[in-house]
Parts: sequence; C-alpha cells; structure tokens
Amino acid sequence: MNDNNTVFEVKNLSKSFGDLNVLRGIDLTIKKGEVLVVIGPSGSGKSTFLRCLNRLEEPSGGDILFEGNSIVDKKCNIDKLRQKIGMVFQHFNLFNNKTVLRNITIGPEKLLGLSEEEAKKRAEKLLERVNLLDKKDAYPSQLSGGQKQRIAIVRALAMEPDVMLFDEPTSALDPEMVGEVLEVMKELARDGMTMAVVTHEMGFAREVGSRVLFMADGEVIEDGTPEEIFDNPKSDAAKNFLKCVL
Amino acid sequence: MAEQFYINFIKDDRWMYLVQGLKTTIIVALFAVLLGVALGFTVGMIRSTHDKTGKLKVANFICNIYLTIIRGTPVLLQLLIIYFVVFASVNVDKVIVAIIAFGINSGAYVAEIIRSGIMAVDQGQMEAGRSLGFSYRQTMIHFIMPQAFKNVLPALGNEFIVLLKETSVAGYIALQDLTKGADIIRSQTYSPFMPLMGAAIIYLVMVMILSYFVKRLEKRLRKNER
Repeated sequence: MNDNNTVFEVKNLSKSFGDLNVLRGIDLTIKKGEVLVVIGPSGSGKSTFLRCLNRLEEPSGGDILFEGNSIVDKKCNIDKLRQKIGMVFQHFNLFNNKTVLRNITIGPEKLLGLSEEEAKKRAEKLLERVNLLDKKDAYPSQLSGGQKQRIAIVRALAMEPDVMLFDEPTSALDPEMVGEVLEVMKELARDGMTMAVVTHEMGFAREVGSRVLFMADGEVIEDGTPEEIFDNPKSDAAKNFLKCVL
Repeated sequence: MAEQFYINFIKDDRWMYLVQGLKTTIIVALFAVLLGVALGFTVGMIRSTHDKTGKLKVANFICNIYLTIIRGTPVLLQLLIIYFVVFASVNVDKVIVAIIAFGINSGAYVAEIIRSGIMAVDQGQMEAGRSLGFSYRQTMIHFIMPQAFKNVLPALGNEFIVLLKETSVAGYIALQDLTKGADIIRSQTYSPFMPLMGAAIIYLVMVMILSYFVKRLEKRLRKNER
C-alpha cells in the first residue's frame, strides 16, 4: 500500500531508553499536503516520535517507511533520504561558524551539487520571503531568536524537501518573536508543504493543522481534525490536558 | 661583568654552543609538535567518535592504553626508555629519538585537548548537519572541527609552549640542545650565571613570540562572534 500520496508510514514504532519506554507502538500514516500537529503533555514522547522520523533517534522496534523506503533498514542510505526530510529544531542549531548565507547554501552546494551561483540565488530568494535578505552576511550570534529560527526554516527549505519536521520551533523564543515564526510556518502550510509539527501553540494547531495527534505516555491517544480534538476530546487524558493549556 | 661576558660567550667561540643548541631545540620542538598534532588529532578523533556514537570500541581501547601510559609516567623516563631500551640495538640519530619521544608524549595531551574541544561543541550542530543529509564525516569537517579548533586554540598553544620547554631534558641522552649547550659552557668556565641566564632568556623570547602568534590567530578566528 504505497500510493504516491503517502509520505510517511509508521508501523508499530517503539523506542526505549534503557528501561524507559518512550514510544509504545505507534501506527500512523502521513499523507502528502497534510499538516500534522502533535500535542500532548511533556514526556509523552512527541519529540522522540518526530526525531525517529528522520532517525536522529534510532527506533527500538517497528518500521518507518518514507516514500516507500524503510529508513530503519541499516542498509538504507539515510543521508540521501534525509535530504528530502527537512527539520527545524527548538534551539535553531544554525551553524555558528558560518554566515547566514553559507548556512543556507552549503547543503544544496555540497549535497545536491548546485553551483555556488545557483545555491546563492536559491538562498537569496528564500531569505527575501522571510524578510531577512539584509542579514545574509551576519553570523548567527548576531541574530535574535526569531530571526535564527526563520533562517533555520529557510536552511531546511533550500534542500527542497518533501516534508518538514518541526520540533517545538517556538518553545525557545521570547513571546514577541513567536508570531513571526508561526507566520512563516502558516505560509508554508498554505503552499501545500507536508508538515509534522510538535508544538505547544494550541492556536496554531487549531488554525493551521489539518490533523491533530494527541499523545500521552508514548501512545497516540487521539487522532483527528482540530475540531474533533479541541471541541470534542474523547479521552480523559486529552480533556485534562486541554483544560490546562487552553 | 664585561669580562664574564667575554669568558662565557666570546672566548673560544663559546656562544656557538648556544646557537647550535638553539638550532637543535627548535628542530626537536618543531617536529615533535607536528608528530604530536598528527597523533593527537587521530587519537582525539577516535575517542570523540567513540564518545558520540559508541563505535570504534577496539581503537578506543588502544587509545586509552596509550593515554594512560603516556600521561602516567614522566616524560624524562619515556625519553630514556625510548633511547636506551627501544632503540638500544639500533644506531639512530639522537635528534630523531628526541622527536619521537616528545612527539609521542605531546600527542597524548593534544588528543585530550582535541577531544574536549569536539565534545564541547553543542550536539545540536551535529544534529543539524545530519538532518540536512550530511554524513558524520562531512558534519565533522564542515561544522564541528572548525568550532572545536577555535575553542581549543588557547589550550593547544599552551601545550606547544610546554613542549618547547620540556625538550630541555634532552640533555639526559647527551643531545646538545639549548639547555645542554649552556651547561657545557658552565662546566668549562665554572661561572654559571651568564650561560644559564642566557639560555633562560632565549627560551623566554621564543615562548613570547609563540604566544603572540597564538593570540593573533585566536583573534582572527573570533571574528564571527560579537
């Protein structure tokens, strides 16, 4: 069952750190164009789940197919597959020793074989989109958190990925900078990018998400449209969580 | 004073002991640094790769033995053992022996400096590189190593200074380095002040020059920070 619309197919995924079972059997399909928002209390395994999708975290069991190819298989070319899976981190993780422009161009140049000129053009176009073209020669340490995160998004986009993973992209930001990052993500969603977003921004989940996943204790408790989850949660766990955060 | 200077340096061309000694000291220190950096870099990479990924278990084990032995025994004994035991039956130039002994010794310290530098770079840098599709090796080369190098430059500079001065024990295998040269003059003139002070000043000047260049390099590398 691998039609062209399936981006990720997760089968019975489990992950444990020693005795701690962080993920206990997750089954899930992510379709093209979906904006999947993962919510849940801290420690529920949301971030671990997301990090398993590009194998930054090694799954302990189960399988993950990305566009039909298993990424768990030891023989797969994980570096090649990761080129198609963009990732944005909570702490931005821009390369501190490179300028903004180089942060963005180095991937396409070294990995996709673009010429310096092509990579630069691609980067500048993307920087223009997030209004940061004037920062292209700055180093990460000279930028605000919001600027760093927008550039981190651009860096991932420059690889022209098929899907973007966001691991709590606004959690490390000052409140006044959350909006500018969410705005960029909204625009991406509108353009039809497939996204998986772990976040505590319930407003974003409701407004932009096409599908919401509620996780607790390493399991998917609820899976539905934002309306279903936010207006009509079925489980007590989800009800309690939403009461606390809304 | 002038007479002392004449007896210790001018008479019988005694100053040549210092010049020849200085030449030997510089050769030994320079090549020992190169050997030490090459060894230290290799060991440091193996150890940090093991720390980060859990791979290279056997290589890491061997590196650990090397570090334990070298850091657990005096450098002078290492020099004597390499000269009198390892190369006992082979006729090798003492300069080569000194380079090998000090290089192997320095390599252990450089290895730990490099490993600490790599481990100090935020894990997020590695994850960012890998998530874009760079291999472990590429991520190391493009992002981790440059940042690690910048962080360890002061410690590395310090290690080079220590090494330069440590070569002064080479006289124990009768290698005529700067210290030994000064001591020879002392034994001929029976006046210790001039030759020993002279040698000390030469070491001091070399260290100051070295420090100056390390500092300049540091400043250049810090440009991408506020």
